[in-house]
Amino acid sequence: MSPQPRTLYEKVWGAHVVERRDDGSCLIYIDRHLVHEVTSPQAFEGLRSAGRRVRRPDLTLAVPDHNLPTTARVDAAGRELPIADAESAEQLGALRSNVAEFGVPYIDALAVEQGIVHVVGPEQGFTLPGTTVVCGDSHTSAHGALGAIAFGIGTSEVEHVLATQTLILSPSKTMEVRVDGSLGFGVSAKDVVLAIIGRIGAAGGTGYVIEFTGEVIRDLSVEGRLTIANMSIEGGARAGMIAPDETTFAYLKGRMMAPKGAEWDRAVEWWRTLPSDVGARYDRTVTLSASDIAPALTWGTSPEDVVPITGVVPAPESFADPSKQAAARKSLDYMGLVPGMRMQDVAVQHVFIGSCTNSRIEDLRAAARVASGRRVADGVRAMVVPGSGLVKRQAEAEGLDRIFAEAGFEWREPGCSMCLAMNPDKVPPGERCASTSNRNFVGRQGPGARTHLLSPAMAAAAAVNGRLTDVRELI
Amino acid sequence: MEPVTRVSGSAYPWGQKNVDTDVIIPAHWLKTIKRSGLGRGAFETVRSAPGNIFDDPRYAGSPILIAGDNFGCGSSREHAAWALADMGVRAVIAPSFSDIFSGNAFKNGIVAVVLPQEAIDRLLVVATDQPVTIDLETMTVTTPFQGRFTFTLDPFRRRCLMEGLDEVGLTLSKDTAISKFEEAMHQQRPWIDQRSGNAGIAVEGAGRT
Repeated sequence: MSPQPRTLYEKVWGAHVVERRDDGSCLIYIDRHLVHEVTSPQAFEGLRSAGRRVRRPDLTLAVPDHNLPTTARVDAAGRELPIADAESAEQLGALRSNVAEFGVPYIDALAVEQGIVHVVGPEQGFTLPGTTVVCGDSHTSAHGALGAIAFGIGTSEVEHVLATQTLILSPSKTMEVRVDGSLGFGVSAKDVVLAIIGRIGAAGGTGYVIEFTGEVIRDLSVEGRLTIANMSIEGGARAGMIAPDETTFAYLKGRMMAPKGAEWDRAVEWWRTLPSDVGARYDRTVTLSASDIAPALTWGTSPEDVVPITGVVPAPESFADPSKQAAARKSLDYMGLVPGMRMQDVAVQHVFIGSCTNSRIEDLRAAARVASGRRVADGVRAMVVPGSGLVKRQAEAEGLDRIFAEAGFEWREPGCSMCLAMNPDKVPPGERCASTSNRNFVGRQGPGARTHLLSPAMAAAAAVNGRLTDVRELI
Repeated sequence: MEPVTRVSGSAYPWGQKNVDTDVIIPAHWLKTIKRSGLGRGAFETVRSAPGNIFDDPRYAGSPILIAGDNFGCGSSREHAAWALADMGVRAVIAPSFSDIFSGNAFKNGIVAVVLPQEAIDRLLVVATDQPVTIDLETMTVTTPFQGRFTFTLDPFRRRCLMEGLDEVGLTLSKDTAISKFEEAMHQQRPWIDQRSGNAGIAVEGAGRT
């Protein structure tokens, strides 16, 4: 009898079981642990007070990102500038002293490799196919784009992984999200993932690990795949995965922390066995057709509130579920929108191009293509925050920074920035932001801030027109 | 962790769906390096509105919160669980929870009880003037007159909650099994180890985007 066909998730899970327990849960080995300043201080404190050490510093990588201001970090003489916010400075300082005390590899705020933890992991080749990757941040799901089981954890789990390099987990259900066909003109990975979340809902993936499949996913670059897997969590799924293939291997080869030489060959040989077998069973399958996906954006305060840019603000009564109707009324009130209004008539005051969802080189190229030769509209503040120092350097080598600067965009230092408004980059109350980030929650980009999630090209289009815009008119 | 076998008392009859972690504790509260004191920032946006449920004297200090679907969605911040614990909430009852939040809640001794929407709807009415009791021994939610609802809980989590177990300590006792796994991994997937060769990160000039 041939062995039972298995999914990508089942194969990677199976390779990481340290111990199976009677109740069905497993002790799972963690190959890669990313650490940042916000969710780790209490974990290191827990280790310290219990007299515990970090089991595998070599499988751990720390980098500051959430709190760092995106303004200049050194003065003209190259001296480090102090961080104005005392609490941010203390948290960043705590990370620096914790990594020194526990011997954890660390990328300093001033290193060119510094960046958003989910940009840095793949970029350094720290994230690899077939690995288990965790970080105290829900957008760890992004790393699944390379064929890893990657998910966000809380601080107690950060402490558990630091101390034991394992987690106690129960296997998830599996959901295949297949996107068939090929993307239309002006449609990007962000539009695809927004369409997926609009379809399954913000809680649709709860309890599942999603595997994204189909021609559209296969045709995407690793950068595009990272955007999709990143927002698995907005669809409720703790992790999203994409089978590793030649695109993945080409992306990883030669990266700083990726295997080299004979070890690389051996790794690739194993990685080729990971894609889901023919006949593998998923607990649920959802299919979308690329021809139904247009440049899209959100209108409300949940990432499931998705409409095409050609659409209008929906009426709350158009939803079948009474509690959704109530939520929609509240959302529209918060967002300052009225049903029936054309999305393209909505004016914006802020544009944010950045975040772990959309701050990679391809994202910046797509935005620059729209910005090139145009000007940011009067009354709009637009900022571009590269995902890492390496992305920034690459963009500058390509002249993208000049295109943005000439068009009136601010060109900033890497970090999480206005995605969650933890550093000084905030949207003022009642003002509206076209944002390439991942969450449009109430108050996410600052108290009272109104967020529309969209792709980098759509964000650039909104910046130059001063209103939400169908990017296809500008390219 | 303090053992929990029973949570009993008044309950905030909120019922709100898709309560995200930015609502439970906004990002600017995340700059702390401590676990305590976050109750002050809990539901800050909700509390800024007059007549909100959290400042209603009838429910002040309630150990139970009743919410709608997908409670705790959004970020992985354990600060959400710390904030709830700091404001005195020991249990949340909802039709569903985000996976990350329910793990965080459990690790802080907060019981996440899943009940169907019909049960939630009834509890929302009852809790306006009657106490609610959650019993981990019998796995029931009961109210003085109207009801008894049974729920299920992951057996391991239930045991940890009831015995107040230190999960890190438990796993550290599996050291032999973990070391054995690491040895096998070193043979089968040697590229996972960063001990040799690649361990020193971040050499200037070596990177590409």
